Amino acid sequence: MSTATILSKPPTEDKRWKIIETTMRRNDFQPDALIESLHSVQQTFGFLDVPSMRWVAGALKVPLSKVYGVATFYHFFTLKPQGKHVCVVCMGTACYIKGGKQLLDEVQRHYGIAEGQTTKDGELSLLVARCIGACGLAPTAVVDGQVLGKRSATELLAAVDDTLGRKA
Amino acid sequence: MKPEELMTMMEKARADTFEHELRVCTESGCMSLQSDVLQKALSDEVKRRGISDKVCVKGVGCMGLCCNGPLVKADKAMYQFVKPEHAPAIVEALATQPIKELLCDTQQPFFTRQKLVVREHFGIVDPENLMDCIAHGAYQALLKTVTTMTPPQVIQEISDSGLRGRGGAGFPTGLKWATVSKAGGTTKYVICNGDEGDPGAFMDRSVMEGDPHRVLEGMAIAAYAVGAENGVIYVRAEYPLAVKRLTKAINLARRHELIGHNIFGTKFSFNVELRLGAGAFVCGEETALIASVEGKRGVPRPRPPYPANYGLFGYPTLINNVETYANIAPIINKGAAWFAQIGTEKSKGTKIFALTGKIKNTGLIEVPMGIALRDIIYDIAGGIPDGKAFKAVQTGGPSGGCIPADLLDITVDYESLAKAGSIMGSGGMIVMDETSNMADVARFFMEFCMTESCGKCIPCRVGTYEMHELLDRICEKRGTPEDLQLLKDLCDMVKQTSLCGLGQSAPNPVLSTLRYFEQEYQNLIAEAQAARGQTTHADTSEHIELEVLP
Repeated sequence: MSTATILSKPPTEDKRWKIIETTMRRNDFQPDALIESLHSVQQTFGFLDVPSMRWVAGALKVPLSKVYGVATFYHFFTLKPQGKHVCVVCMGTACYIKGGKQLLDEVQRHYGIAEGQTTKDGELSLLVARCIGACGLAPTAVVDGQVLGKRSATELLAAVDDTLGRKA
Repeated sequence: MKPEELMTMMEKARADTFEHELRVCTESGCMSLQSDVLQKALSDEVKRRGISDKVCVKGVGCMGLCCNGPLVKADKAMYQFVKPEHAPAIVEALATQPIKELLCDTQQPFFTRQKLVVREHFGIVDPENLMDCIAHGAYQALLKTVTTMTPPQVIQEISDSGLRGRGGAGFPTGLKWATVSKAGGTTKYVICNGDEGDPGAFMDRSVMEGDPHRVLEGMAIAAYAVGAENGVIYVRAEYPLAVKRLTKAINLARRHELIGHNIFGTKFSFNVELRLGAGAFVCGEETALIASVEGKRGVPRPRPPYPANYGLFGYPTLINNVETYANIAPIINKGAAWFAQIGTEKSKGTKIFALTGKIKNTGLIEVPMGIALRDIIYDIAGGIPDGKAFKAVQTGGPSGGCIPADLLDITVDYESLAKAGSIMGSGGMIVMDETSNMADVARFFMEFCMTESCGKCIPCRVGTYEMHELLDRICEKRGTPEDLQLLKDLCDMVKQTSLCGLGQSAPNPVLSTLRYFEQEYQNLIAEAQAARGQTTHADTSEHIELEVLP
């Protein structure tokens, strides 16, 4: 891929690119700040699209292939836009033993989406976590950043419906 | 900061006491049960009554018994299952008798059989308040180290203590430090491995959230001992609260010159920065972690050279686990001899375990090494709920193994657990009862290793995939005796030929369940064969019928 595909300035006029630029500047635009910078992009825009990766590649002087490699290697990064609300079901060992799989099955069935997918109306994304470290309260799920411990499938669905503004 | 300033700060902070203290657990566990709302309700109640000068409401680290959370300590009384609406009654009760209905018995074995070294200030100090930490002795060990000890003396002290790495492998910490200190060059790094990827383990998260200054202090002492000036804490992005608390701790310590240039007026300087992981289990492996800190894909490389000689950016690097660093300050403060008297001959000190699964008391415990596994399961954790029978305890996560009921009398130390076919690991303990299917558990872990394999070496990349297929067939009752044999052969091959710890230990859950529960695999295969036999039989009879009736 020619260097022309690497962007020298932010992909759009959006002011939020400043946030990412600040992260990169704080790290002196060093190549080792790649993961930090991608975190910054994802935190700001919710996912990593190709223009954002091109710009980060250019700014940190890292080949685009490497940026793409890092973005796809780590589970935390997503290349697809997420729904307005996110439900993460923990599938760590403790949650699995205590029925995390049933929680996941129920959410999948109820909203008609598989893990990693977003509902058609873009309202809800369903993700699976390796372990969120709240094993003492297994099974757990995270709805929009709020950790919910010791929840039954029905309680979790009620909490998600509540977040979506639907009445259970 | 000058040495005298630390002492003045400590005395001032200690003098600043309240008549009553309400301590609310504000770690991820209790927070998920709304302890933050509870803390606010308590503060509001105290303010409403105009007794803010007498009662202090503060957030503290984990008190251990997560399953009964949110936990609140009101002076000497501990309350469990506290809800925000209990706030007025709790504040009211400070002046009178504790509320009986909410009391949590602190004399039960869960609390009395623990030995707190790393977690000594958990449930006592506010991790976000540097003054409070200093009042309880934070940074005293660093002061002692840099002002009265030489680097070789520090290393000797750590060696004498017998401390071994708490990340899983149990490498002697003093030896590791000595190797890095002998490595040439003026630029060196110390790294704190906070990439606790092992599902079912959350000790490191708790230590980082509950006493971040303890970790920083341990790292600074290590840096002084090995001659490093730069430190990196690598934390999983899945632990946002730990990231927040560490960031705050670093900023506060920097502002008060507890880290930075010329610490305590000496020539020693130390800087720390935080790096976030991005969700890759393999990054717990030291060379993969280094690659990740360098902003690359977290792929391990062959050792040697070891990071002690060739680590971050090619410089000598010391990597220790969070809990290892958290053990340093007490060793320096109380001496190697004190530490060495805790534990067994080869495994010194205490270990934090995360108790989870089908067990009555789930949460965090810190116990002396050498305690019997049975005591942990039946005494501390209170046994199996719902009248079910104990089947196995899984230690060491995807790299560990399952220990069956008849081995419950073994002691918990590095050697005994390894002999039983498991590992100490980072400290996850997942208890399974009779309803758990061991082949399914093995499949669960294999699925984990398969997905988490970085793909660099073929034995791990392809081997874990094939083993998962075989386990899937067996669990779904489609397996044959040949599948089982092939699975055993693959276990051996992947174990012997993989590049890093992930692949080398990936077969462990299968091997240990095969060792103790092979009958369950055999039963599944027998069921599969019976089902096949039936269909064949049915086919034949149909066939015969066709012949009889043309």
